[in-house]
Amino acid sequence: MDWLNAIIQGTLLGGLYALFAAGLSLIFGVMRLVNIAHGDLIVLAAYLALSVVTATGIGPLWALVIVVPAMAVIGYVLQRGILNRVMGEDILPPLLVTFGLAVIIQNALLLGYSADPQKLDAGWLETASVKIGPFALGLLPLLTFAVAVVVVWGLQWMFYHTALGRAFRATSDKQDIAQLMGLNRAHVFGLAMAIALAVTAIAGVLLGIRTSFDPSIGGSRLIFGFEAVIIGGLGNLWGTLAGGVILGVAQAVGAKIDPGLQILAGHIVFLAILAIRPRGFFPRIDG
Amino acid sequence: MPEFLNILNLDAHYGDFQALYGITLHVDPGEVIAIIGANGAGKSTLMRSVSGLMKDGAEAIRFQGQKIGALRADQVAARGIALVPEGRQLFPSLSVEENLILGGQLGRKGPWSLKRIYDLFPILEERRHQPSTSLSGGQQQMVAIGRALMANPDLVMMDEISLGLAPVIIKQIYEALPGIVGQGMAAIIVEQDISKALSVSRRVYCLQEGRVSLEGASNSVSREEISRAYFGV
Amino acid sequence: MSSQMSKSLYVTRVSRASSVAMVVGALIALTLIAAPWWAGRAEMRLMAEIFLYISLASLWNLLAGYAGLVSVGQQAYVGLGGYALFGLTMLGGVPPVPAIAVTGVLGALIAMPVALLIFRLRGAYFAIGTWVVAEVFRLTAAQISALGGGSGTSLSPAIIKSLADGRDAREALTYWLALGLCLVVIGAVVVFLRSRAGLALTAIRDNELASKSLGINIWRTKFFVYVITGGLTALTGALISLQKIRISPDAAFSTNDWTAFVIFIVVIGGIGTIEGPIIGTLIFFALRQTLADLGTIYLIILGALAIGIMLRAPKGLWGLVRERFGIELFPLSRRVRGQDD
Repeated sequence: MDWLNAIIQGTLLGGLYALFAAGLSLIFGVMRLVNIAHGDLIVLAAYLALSVVTATGIGPLWALVIVVPAMAVIGYVLQRGILNRVMGEDILPPLLVTFGLAVIIQNALLLGYSADPQKLDAGWLETASVKIGPFALGLLPLLTFAVAVVVVWGLQWMFYHTALGRAFRATSDKQDIAQLMGLNRAHVFGLAMAIALAVTAIAGVLLGIRTSFDPSIGGSRLIFGFEAVIIGGLGNLWGTLAGGVILGVAQAVGAKIDPGLQILAGHIVFLAILAIRPRGFFPRIDG
Repeated sequence: MPEFLNILNLDAHYGDFQALYGITLHVDPGEVIAIIGANGAGKSTLMRSVSGLMKDGAEAIRFQGQKIGALRADQVAARGIALVPEGRQLFPSLSVEENLILGGQLGRKGPWSLKRIYDLFPILEERRHQPSTSLSGGQQQMVAIGRALMANPDLVMMDEISLGLAPVIIKQIYEALPGIVGQGMAAIIVEQDISKALSVSRRVYCLQEGRVSLEGASNSVSREEISRAYFGV
Repeated sequence: MSSQMSKSLYVTRVSRASSVAMVVGALIALTLIAAPWWAGRAEMRLMAEIFLYISLASLWNLLAGYAGLVSVGQQAYVGLGGYALFGLTMLGGVPPVPAIAVTGVLGALIAMPVALLIFRLRGAYFAIGTWVVAEVFRLTAAQISALGGGSGTSLSPAIIKSLADGRDAREALTYWLALGLCLVVIGAVVVFLRSRAGLALTAIRDNELASKSLGINIWRTKFFVYVITGGLTALTGALISLQKIRISPDAAFSTNDWTAFVIFIVVIGGIGTIEGPIIGTLIFFALRQTLADLGTIYLIILGALAIGIMLRAPKGLWGLVRERFGIELFPLSRRVRGQDD
């Protein structure tokens, strides 16, 4: 029964990892960009929420009203101001630029907020739980998982049923030709990054409510998101959710064996999946 | 003569390689011109320059009185120039209908709508929800033409629309052309098939090694003139 | 006249600048070898650290700048080398100097299965894959309780003493090891880049089409580069840990120290050139000596500088110098010259 409980908790944790991954997946899908600073942007969102909460006294979930649009704006400006200048055939420049950004964000946070661990206080939500059969499921993990499902569904719907999604797919297919249709690539990329960072804002706030955070933890959040993307298969958002769940379960089961093994177990399962199914479980089929 | 499309001394380069040398040509409002020439003569480069995919010659290209040479492709499109690119270049992740809708996404006013495209090419309506890549070559070419028309452009440029298609299909597409360009829309038809190009155009330009080697009325240029301009013999 | 001209033309890699550089380089090398007789302890330690960073930077540059293998996880091999040295000497009783040599072999051996696995990831995802591997190594090292687990351990005084008789001799030895490694790494990079496979890699980097006509197995060449780099990086890591005498998972596998700094060094100096990592390291240390008090701001400045260089001068400072003056200190490019040139 303990094991089953670990699996259930791991599944719910997977929702958070899917949220880490969704933005990564979206920008890779639209512009083939891998953003090394993604994890640090998640942490930045958590700190933004912390500042909003401290300044206004509202709850961290309400802070989303400010943090989500703020991160979206940061994403758009970042893309148009810096990243668009290095987009191209060569993957090295965007990789190194986002790596530089990661270091800058991390150290700027260190400067502004110190290395002390912080936490977002969501009051009763953190301790509330629902009893289902023999299992007590925390309300926050349940909420996180539900948010992940809604976000993935929303992104999927946006991608396949809206004019913006059409523009994303067209630009992803053929940048030149999309430009001929009147789509400005720089703007489309900016919007994709804005949406990715809006999702990142949600992920950052839920992370900050769940655990304490400090400026140095961005790297491992990037890695968790990345592992979820690869396990699920590139370019498939539902696959990314499944990937997050697999990673979450691996970590929960690992922690059950030995608390020191939690993170390692996740990495090992990822490497094992890479060895046996290098394209992930649900690779994109439509090209 | 009102100014429509005027190109004056256009050069174009790919890195160190010069592809166009001082091209000068013009299109009048509502006029259909043909551009012919052998492979590598610079026809597609000319299309890329006019459409904004290549940004040479900021001063060289004027459209409806404005310099458009330095504009991005999306800005050129917004001013009313649409390109049917060589090799069709449909978006594989988009359905037939989505490809068409994307073509019209700038929202320019004009006679063309989804319904009119489907009237022109009824087969596309049957296939509207299929992925564009599942269509035959001819049907894909219809989508590519429809996609450009959906922009309701003032000038449409068609780059080698008969390339790789069966003669029956080419015939079908060319029979549809007068209905397309007969509505005040100007057109540049780039072709290797000389007789097809001459049959639909009022004037013709021949390119050879990046230069204009012949210019004349389509119904008066002679075979000899064309082959001299075409092959340089 | 023209026949005379054609007779006197020949192809060479050596330019006047590179010949001068060779002579000056040899003189500098001799001076550096003699450092224990003219430099103080603190200077020698600083120089040794510089040599080790030049090694790391040159190796990363070979991976990313030439082989297109952009790794952000080379700290995996730095830490591996350190932990292997500590394990071999403290747990296995191997004398330090042979143990250092073994760490290099070990690094190369472990790089092989790692390469088989992460070569499945393309482009930028390869980069994050290397990071995962480094994390796995770090977390595994934290599980080794015999070496202090998560908090690490120090090299025992007996082992340090076994290195050489007397403190001066030990300092000189660690210095010479660092200098020797640095020269070996630069030499290996030059030799490799002048080889057929190295030329092929450079050609592929500069022109994707070229790869098809060269008849070189690209995958195997990249594999070879990754494995050799892994071995030499582990060797560097062993010397770093010998210098520090202490080891802990967080320090030995630090992303900031062994990857962020190294990447900034190479980007600032000039990626895809041999001179770049050397110049970048010198700039990095010069900045560090003057800005180190700024702490975190120093890192922010470095990051911003690297981004600025990627945006404005992607070939780095050496790239700018080479473009302006056309000089090359290492004889790599072939040029056509007249006899009396």
